[in-house]
Amino acid sequence: MKRITLSALLALLILVSMVLAACGTTEECPECPECPTCPEAGECPECPEVGAAVGTGVIFDAVMARGKVVCGSRTDLLGFGYLDESGKNIGFDIDLCRAVAVAMFNDPEAVEFVFLTAAERGPALQTGEIDLLSRNVTWTSSRDSQWGNFTTVMFYDGQGMMVPVDTGFTQIEDLDGATVCVTTGTTTEKNLADNFRQRNLEFTAVTFEDTSAVYSAYVDGRCDATTSDKSQLAAVREGFADPSAHFIMDLTMSKEPLTPAVPTGDDKWFDVVKTVMYLLINAEELGITSQNVDEMMNSDNVPVRRLLGVEGSFGQEDLGLAVDFGANVIRAVGNYGEVYDRYMGPNGDAFALPRGPNKLWTDGGLIYAPPLR
Amino acid sequence: MGRPFHQAMRAKPVRYLDHKVNIMSQSSLVSRLLSRRGVPLWRDVVVLQWAAQIVSAVLVFGFLAFFFSNVMQAAEARGLSLGFDFLDQASGFPLGESMIEYNPARTFGYAFLVGILNTLKVALIGIVFATLLGIAAALARLSSNWLVSKIASVYIEIIRNVPLLVQLFFWYFAVFQQLPAVKDSIEISGPIYISQRGLYMVWAEPTSTFGYWMIFVTAGIVLSGMLNLFLTRYQIRTGHTTYSVTTALIVLIALPVAGWFLVGASPLAKTVPVLAKFNYVGGLRLTPEFASLLIGLVVYTGAFIAEVVRAGILAVNKGQFEAARAVGLNQMQVLRLVVFPQALRVIIPPLISQYLNLTKNSSLAILIGYPDLFFVGRTIINQAGRAVPVFLLIMACYLFTSLTTSIIMNIYNRRVRLVER
Repeated sequence: MKRITLSALLALLILVSMVLAACGTTEECPECPECPTCPEAGECPECPEVGAAVGTGVIFDAVMARGKVVCGSRTDLLGFGYLDESGKNIGFDIDLCRAVAVAMFNDPEAVEFVFLTAAERGPALQTGEIDLLSRNVTWTSSRDSQWGNFTTVMFYDGQGMMVPVDTGFTQIEDLDGATVCVTTGTTTEKNLADNFRQRNLEFTAVTFEDTSAVYSAYVDGRCDATTSDKSQLAAVREGFADPSAHFIMDLTMSKEPLTPAVPTGDDKWFDVVKTVMYLLINAEELGITSQNVDEMMNSDNVPVRRLLGVEGSFGQEDLGLAVDFGANVIRAVGNYGEVYDRYMGPNGDAFALPRGPNKLWTDGGLIYAPPLR
Repeated sequence: MGRPFHQAMRAKPVRYLDHKVNIMSQSSLVSRLLSRRGVPLWRDVVVLQWAAQIVSAVLVFGFLAFFFSNVMQAAEARGLSLGFDFLDQASGFPLGESMIEYNPARTFGYAFLVGILNTLKVALIGIVFATLLGIAAALARLSSNWLVSKIASVYIEIIRNVPLLVQLFFWYFAVFQQLPAVKDSIEISGPIYISQRGLYMVWAEPTSTFGYWMIFVTAGIVLSGMLNLFLTRYQIRTGHTTYSVTTALIVLIALPVAGWFLVGASPLAKTVPVLAKFNYVGGLRLTPEFASLLIGLVVYTGAFIAEVVRAGILAVNKGQFEAARAVGLNQMQVLRLVVFPQALRVIIPPLISQYLNLTKNSSLAILIGYPDLFFVGRTIINQAGRAVPVFLLIMACYLFTSLTTSIIMNIYNRRVRLVER
């Protein structure tokens, strides 16, 4: 028996030394000091992602190398992320992704859309599966600390409650004891609980992970009411057989600042996405539209010339972007107001929703961006 | 093990004659060091077997270590928290139904428990009904009545060949959601109300004396069981008729009845569903989500169990039927006393995997809004932002449930299997 143990030990030693020898290949990877000790051959280019916590520019470089922005979004919400007749992705959130793609590659099609349910979007951002999450996400402090970095509020929303008109209900107190349909994994789900609890009202929740299942159950009568962001309620109501049979209560149950977010670990990428969002807002403020962008090149207004990259700089080089990326973005996507109106304006493609708090600060709204300079 | 190594060495002393031979003998020394009983190590079966064991062990542990360290590194790099501390935080989200008192002020851990109980509820009830349906369908398919047998065949073939998810959607959206609205509920005497909000029926509600009464009920069950066992053994030993089943039944009924009157106030109170502003209040409530999931799982798994049972019955030699009939047993007795005991040996092992399938398939509940283990787990992942710990918890729970089912059924299998000498 002793000899067997000896030969076993021998074999073990050989194996261990082989494993150690395999580990020695780390030295062939000098460009990634953050590498774990034992990478498999060919894995080295991905090393920066492992050490992402300290790097800047890792996501930016990865996006540049890929030639595409991977954008987490949706296909099932009229106005924000949906499909046109030809199957193209369109919507307010989708255009924000396209704006970033234009800034990076001057190509609104340089986007790879990843469609996520409400419950999937957090983990997708945490793991860095997507470069940008633009899927009507509410910015909250705990999500900011857990999921990634939130850029800047692009849509001020509030949670509303929708009921069939024939019930005659107008306020939340009417709903004591009601059954409410809601999407799981949302802030809406928690606000619903909070609101009813504060008012000492009873309710039963019917929750689904799939948003379309929520509204299908509501329309069928499984629930007395359904709740979500007001913009979303307006959007889905438009898709009902008889939109006028449903009433969105005049009450705001919560603040829902819808904000695009990026994964943590790359300040440069964070800055790029923020700057693109600021650009859209500033362009509207300065009156630059996709129609007049080329005329505006000759404008003698300095902020306009700076935004379009004709004169001066607002940090394009530091961000690693083309000098004229501002002009490209506005030409391809339009300014903030154009994006809003395209889907939710008076002649919008999806439905008409008054801008309300989403007017520019100069018009009495909340939409405000730091200056580009 | 043969001669020890050092003896083998001594038996063939090495001689150093000159330089040339020295080189040769050095190489033979190496080959001798690497050999055992004259067999080189690379051809020694024992060594090879050990080497294979060690290589596979190193590979398996290496893989596990790689994945583990990968998760840890990735989690650290992305700032993911891997602890379980968050389970103590308030959940903040509502759940559609719960067997225990639940509200959003409870913790994530408590919400998870609600999910576990909901899964167990649908799995246990589902297993019982799927087994009954499966046996009935198997007998029907084997029936000599042409119509009955064809109906069973059609049921089994259709259900087995349509994906479960499609069937669940069918039950939920096409059947239960199409029932009348709650205000126009179908009323069956009892009263039972059926609407798209679910089934509401009269039910018994425990009162303050319920706990005391349960002592009598438990005592009745235990005593009748023991009595039955004892009397049966006595009858086998002595041959005297003891009426074991009847006696046990009398005890089983008499004790709880006596207890009912002894505890004073009635331990159960009748609760009747009454239509309030939105829904019926009171009584027993079965939600359409639960009903769709249960019916979907029972109908689906029942079809598979039917085939398992049919295979088991067909595996019993035809001579056994004929012999049983020849000694004068009727059709039911043939099945109960002769065929089933033998068929069970074939049935039980595949039946175990059907039970496990049913339990695991219940995770599809997430798509029709029944808050089972997986549903609640997903919600916690989202609301607490902790994917890795919650997935570990979910997997551990399914593993535990499946292994427990498996162990119980294997113990039963050992009892029914053919005793070999």
